[in-house]
Order: sequence, then C-alpha cells, then structure tokens
Amino acid sequence: MILLIEQDSNRYKQIVRGKVRQNLRKYISNSQLIGRQGKDLVSIPIPEIELPRFRFGENNSGVGQGEGEIGNPIGRGQPVNGSGQAGDQPGEHLLEVELTMEELAEMLGEELALPRIEPKGKHNVESDITRFTGIRKVGPEGLRHFKRTYREALKRQMASGAYDPVQPSIIPIRDDKRYRSWKIYPRPVSNAVILYMMDVSGSMTDYKKKLVRLTTFWIDTWLRANYKQLTIRYIVHDAAAQEVDADTFYHLQEDGGTRISSAYTLAQQIIQRDYNPSDWNLYTFHFSDGENSGNEDDQRCLKMLQEQILPEVNLFCYGQVRSQADYLFRNVLVKGINDEKLSTAQINEEEDIYTAIKTFLGKGL
Amino acid sequence: MTLPPEMNKWEKKITGYAHDFGLDFFPVQFELLDYRMMNQIAAYDGFPIRYPHWRFGMEFERLSKSYAYGLHRIYEMVINTDPCIAYLLVSNELVDQKLVIAHVFGHSDFFKNNLWFAQTNRKMLDEMANHASRVRRHVERHGLERVEAFLDACLSLEDLIDIHKAGIRRRPEQEPEGEDQDENTPSFKLPAKNYMDEYINPPEFLAEHQRQKAEEELQRRKLPPEPERDVLLFLLEHAPLENWQYDLLEIVREEAYYFAPQRQTKIMNEGWAAFAHTHIMTGYALEPNELIDYADHHSGTVAVNPGHLNPYKLGLELYRDIEDRWNRGAFGPEYEECNNLQQRREWDRKIGLGRQKVFEVRQIYNDIGFIDEYLTEDFAREHNMFGFDYNPDDNLYEISTRDFQEIKRRLLFQLTNFGHPVIDVVDANYENKGQLYLLHQHEGVDLDIPYAQDTLHSLYTLWGRPVFIETRVENQGRHLYGYGPDGITEQNLDKPEEDQPENQETV
Repeated sequence: MILLIEQDSNRYKQIVRGKVRQNLRKYISNSQLIGRQGKDLVSIPIPEIELPRFRFGENNSGVGQGEGEIGNPIGRGQPVNGSGQAGDQPGEHLLEVELTMEELAEMLGEELALPRIEPKGKHNVESDITRFTGIRKVGPEGLRHFKRTYREALKRQMASGAYDPVQPSIIPIRDDKRYRSWKIYPRPVSNAVILYMMDVSGSMTDYKKKLVRLTTFWIDTWLRANYKQLTIRYIVHDAAAQEVDADTFYHLQEDGGTRISSAYTLAQQIIQRDYNPSDWNLYTFHFSDGENSGNEDDQRCLKMLQEQILPEVNLFCYGQVRSQADYLFRNVLVKGINDEKLSTAQINEEEDIYTAIKTFLGKGL
Repeated sequence: MTLPPEMNKWEKKITGYAHDFGLDFFPVQFELLDYRMMNQIAAYDGFPIRYPHWRFGMEFERLSKSYAYGLHRIYEMVINTDPCIAYLLVSNELVDQKLVIAHVFGHSDFFKNNLWFAQTNRKMLDEMANHASRVRRHVERHGLERVEAFLDACLSLEDLIDIHKAGIRRRPEQEPEGEDQDENTPSFKLPAKNYMDEYINPPEFLAEHQRQKAEEELQRRKLPPEPERDVLLFLLEHAPLENWQYDLLEIVREEAYYFAPQRQTKIMNEGWAAFAHTHIMTGYALEPNELIDYADHHSGTVAVNPGHLNPYKLGLELYRDIEDRWNRGAFGPEYEECNNLQQRREWDRKIGLGRQKVFEVRQIYNDIGFIDEYLTEDFAREHNMFGFDYNPDDNLYEISTRDFQEIKRRLLFQLTNFGHPVIDVVDANYENKGQLYLLHQHEGVDLDIPYAQDTLHSLYTLWGRPVFIETRVENQGRHLYGYGPDGITEQNLDKPEEDQPENQETV
C-alpha cells in the first residue's frame, strides 16, 4: 500500500539530494569514496536540514533523576535534557545520507551538466545467462528441490493427521513437489573501453598520483553509469611504456625521464590488436606533469594523435597534473591540434578535479 | 481497521472501569494500525492527513529508521478531538492493548477537562483536512517551490505566538469612540477664576500639558501600541501579504495554537494518563497471568535514566504524592511549619481528600503551575532529583547540584514558554522606515545567533522590509541583529556609534 506521506518523504529526499548536489565539489575531492561502485551504498554527511527558529544558544544544563554524588558524570556528549523539548541540543548536527554510487553518478551528471553519451557499435547486443532463483510447483524431476518437497509433504501430513511420530515416514504426493526454477538475465556485452595512461617518471610525486586517482575514479563512475559494462586498461610510461594492472598503475614509481610517445605507441597497438573502433567506444586518458623529454618527441606525439589515435577513439583527454616547469606538453597539444575529440585540463589541486571532469566529459562523446 | 471482538470486549469493560474511577472523557474511537501507518500518523502529529510539507517526510523517515533499528516503537497515539481518535499498534500483545486503552482514556479525560485545552478546536480533524486541501490548491496555483518556500518561512516563526492568549484578553474589544473630543480643544485650562488664571494655569504648565498630550498621541499612533507577543497575528494584520500567503500564515498560526496546550501540559498529561492506567489496570482490568508483562511494560514507560527527565514518571509520581498528602492532610501552614521529619512523615489527619484533589489539579494547572505548586523539597529528595551541567574539560555531563531551589528554578525555566525565548514586536516603524523591530526578553540565556539570523531571514520574507531583533549577548550588552536586502547586519547598542568604525557590517 502506498502511504500518503510518501509524497512528503520523496520531497524530503529530493531536498536532501539537492544539498548533496550543492556540495558535490567537496565530495569529488574526497578520497574516501574511492573503490565504491554501482549499488554500493556510500554514506555522505550533509548539514542537517531544519527550519531555523529563535532558540536558546548554549543549553548545557538540565535536571535529571537518579543516584550519584556531585561531580559524578552522567553522560557523554549531549543527552536529551528537559521534558521532551526536542532540538535544543547545542552543536553542529550532521545528517548522514545514504546513496548508491549510481545515484551519485547521476547527480554528478546533472550537476556538471554532462550530456548522456550516445554509444556507438553493437550496443544492443546482449547475451543471456540463466540463474536458479525461484521455486515452482512444476518442473523436471532433475530439478526437484528435495528439502522443500519434504517440508511440504511434512506439513500436509501433519495437518491431515497422517503424521506418526513413532514411524515418521513422509511420502510426498504430486502436490507437494517443488522444483527449482530459473530466470533469464540479460548480460550486456562490454562495449566501452577506457585506456588510462600515466606518466610515472621521477617527477610524478605521490600527491600528483593521488590527484590522478581521484580524477580517474570519477571518470570511471560516470562512464559506468553510461555503459553497462566497462573494460579498463592501464598503461604506465616513463621513457618506455608497458601495460600494467590497476594496482600497479596507481602505485608504481619509476625513476627515468619522460617520453610520452612511448605510451601513445603502446595505446595504438592495443587498440589495433583488441578493439575494432567501429564496435567499441574508446576512451583514452593521459595524465602527466607535462615535462616531456624534448621537442622531437612532442612532434612525434602530435603526429600519432592526429593520424592514428584521434580518428579511432571517442575521446582523448589529457590531464596535466601540478607542474612547475614553463615548457609544458599541454601547450603543445593545444597549439598543435584542433579537434573536438581532444580535451585538456590542468589539475593543480583537488578543487580542480571538478572542472577537469566537466571539461573531459562535457562533450558527451 | 476497527477492533477485533476480543479487544472490543475489553474496550467496553475498560470504559466501564474508567467511569468507575471517575474519568469523564470524550467518546474514543479506536483504530488498529500497522507500524508503517503508525509512523505516518505520528509524523503527521496524530492526524490522518496534513498539508504537503517535507518536514513530515523527514519525521517519517526518522521514525521508520529508528523503528527498523529497534530503537523505539509507538504503542499508541491519541488526538485531542471530540470524539477522540486513538491509534493502537496492531502488533501489541493483548495486555499491552488493555494498558494503552486505559492510558488513552486518561488522555481523553485530560483533553476534555483541563482548562488549557478549553479553547482548542475539537473538530480539528476536519480543520486539518481543510488546511491540507487549501495548501494543495495554493500549490496548484502558485507552484510547489513558491508555496514551500513561504511555508518554510512561516513555520520557522511558528513559535512566536502568545501561549496565554486563551486566558487573557490583551486588546479592548473595540476602540472607544468619541473620547478624543476634548483633546481637540487646544485651549485646555484648569478651572480658575479670571484673576487667578495666570497663577493656576501658568504658560509653562500649559506647555507641559501640551507636550504630554502630544506624547500620548504619538504613543497611540505607534504600531503596535503595546508590545505584541502574538507576532504571527501581528504579521497577519500588518505584513504586506498576498491572499495565498495570508492563508498559509493563518493555517500555520492556527495549528500552532492548536498544539500549544499539549506542549504546555506534557508532564501533566502523560502523568495523568499513567496515573489512570495504573489504577484501572491494577485495580480491575489485569488478569493474574498478565501481571509480569504488565509490570515489564509499565516500568519501561516510567523508567528513568540519568540526564533525562521522564515526563510520564515525574507526572505520575507528583499525582501520587498529591493524592497521598491530601489523603493525610499533609498540607497547609501547620504542616509547612512542622520541622520534625518524623512527624511530617507520620502526619495523618485522615481527611481522605486525595482523589478529589488530583482531579482538581488535572483540571486547572498546566506544567508550570503544577511544578511550581506541587514539586516539594521532600519530593525532590525522595526521587533523587539533581541538576547537571556540561563540563567542557572532559566532554562529560556531570551532576552539579542537589539544591532544591536550583533544581526547581531550572525546571521552571525549561517550561517557561516551552523553553523558547520570549519575543515581542515592539515597533513596526523602526527609524521611521517601516522596519520591524523585535525585542527578546533576555532572562539569562543568550539566543543562538546563527539560528536567529536565519530566522530573521524568514521574517524578512514575510515583512518585506528590513527586520531587527534586539537581544543581549553575555558580557557584551545589547545587540541588534538585522536582516535586510543587503543581508545580515549587527550592531552593539551599548557602545556609542563613534566607537564603532563599522557598526553596520554586511556579511
């Protein structure tokens, strides 16, 4: 039955969501959420929603009842004092709101005005899987549920008085029999790939990597909300590039110099080998502090991007993390290429992630 | 859902017991509800329907969550209408149902007889439904966002009513007319013979008289003429509201007045219901095999834990104390003057007026009078009452006093104006600019300033011109907080303005 008050409840939840959206920038730079996905519940503190009133400030005394000497403690924090007046405790109150990551991604999309992505390729192709989840009264004997059948028979015999505790033989009849039944679930075929590339040369400090990690987390979250299944591949590079797993990707620290073209070459190879661009939605992200080894390599990168990578991917994003030098790879990209598939952003601190995500994903490609 | 036959039988029996006990109540209509419906009804303050507002949803969510975690359950709810509607939780055991039925009759008797409820609308069930449909109509016409924002503003001011309104006529019924006539005659003089005139009516005297008259006139023209406690009424009469806004504010005010007596009599009302159910249950309705369950449930209701004053417990024990003292005749000057503890304890004049006295008390007091009159030093000692304070050094609340006067002072302060600050409108034309000026009657505890500033914002929404509240800040004297088109203002009234380079600070 639907209760009348559910309208009010929904309105309240809507308001809570509004508050979460207002503070989204703060949550995006919060590294505690990392690792959650999909239906995972996350608990987010927001300022309590209440109607302001003229009320007393400090209210740290009251009247109670019980044993005890003067000076004996009776409670920690704020006990509810007085005779039933609510809401007179001091202090800042926080309200814990539980949301799923999916909902959070939804809000992220709304708040950043991220357009829905039009996937290309065979996005409707899905294969089916069967799961045994239910019980039915008819079915093949091979799927008979012994326990349930026994229980039904027992119930019937006890109810009809046929059950004899001395000789407890239970004989199921046709009506007692229970069978396992299955349901068919569609399983989507993975049709989107994220390729993350990161510079792990000596100049990439832990803090820079943390920024990358946060950014990639929110990119994952958003793309996951758009594609039923997502494959993620990771490439690290200094002067040479190699493919690694996620854990290595975020923790590896190398010492060498930086040659960005090495990563682009590897990415290009992976795309060619595994993913046919007409079937796959390809997302490539590259993070570096922009200190590439020299002009020659820059030119090579530009050429590769323009001729090989950009025509095949949905999006190529370059995030430049916290750099000191004057000469930077981002400038090279911005000057060298004019293509709507290419986005670049500067990420100097947690606050910038919000803008970076908007730049990267704001085009809906 | 109406009652099943077994409970119906008990309802009839208990009705009889309640009459035998002397209760005089409205007819009670019982409804059985499951916990979800019960939570809805509780979130709606006991009514089956209210106007749409998110705060009911918030309360519902809170109740549902704490029910799910097993932190509380609501056994019963009853509302002050004629006939009373009482809701019982369907999953209660029979003995619980008997207890709560008896309890409900106690409440119903209290609603009917206590003087503070005399002015409440007993047809509130219809009125609430009426409010709901009015608000829905405004939502349809003006949009949810606008109506909600305005309702929020009204609700944040709903405490600004005059809780003594029911008992006191603050304004004359009608302005007496024609009284002004002699004031219009400019040549006022005391009667004097011609030759004495310049001595009896010297020019200074006449000038002084003129000045007084002018002042009185000014006072009369002042808005409001006297400080007005019913701020909501003042806003209804003088704020520039559109029709739908006027209607919403009126709804909020009416409901605030309807609920006010319940907050004024929390201890008495709950105590009385507990007093009634203990008598009915232990005297008549309880079966031997239910005794343990009853005792368990009852002691749960009246349990005390430190730092929390249970209104059921306090009220119940006070009624018992009163009944006992009036049975023994332990009151009056002779008893008060007796300093021999032994004698006081054994005092017994066998006058047997106890029952009569408690019925009288439940009729004419509210919580403040009840505590003030009947909370005695003996009682406080017997029930181990103490005052506690917060100790910031170790973040603990600690027992700070066992002094009777201090305990009583604190309790009474908590009950004064329901523990809300006392605030009056004193001037609607502050600085001759049509600005609203409120005065907080400071009684030792400061206002919560951030909240006050947010509330001023709500007030500004209604008044449309800058609004101010004067209050005291500990050790800093009188402060004037304001809200206007430029945001928040703050001014220290006890410091001359020259000392303050920026007395109007905009945040």
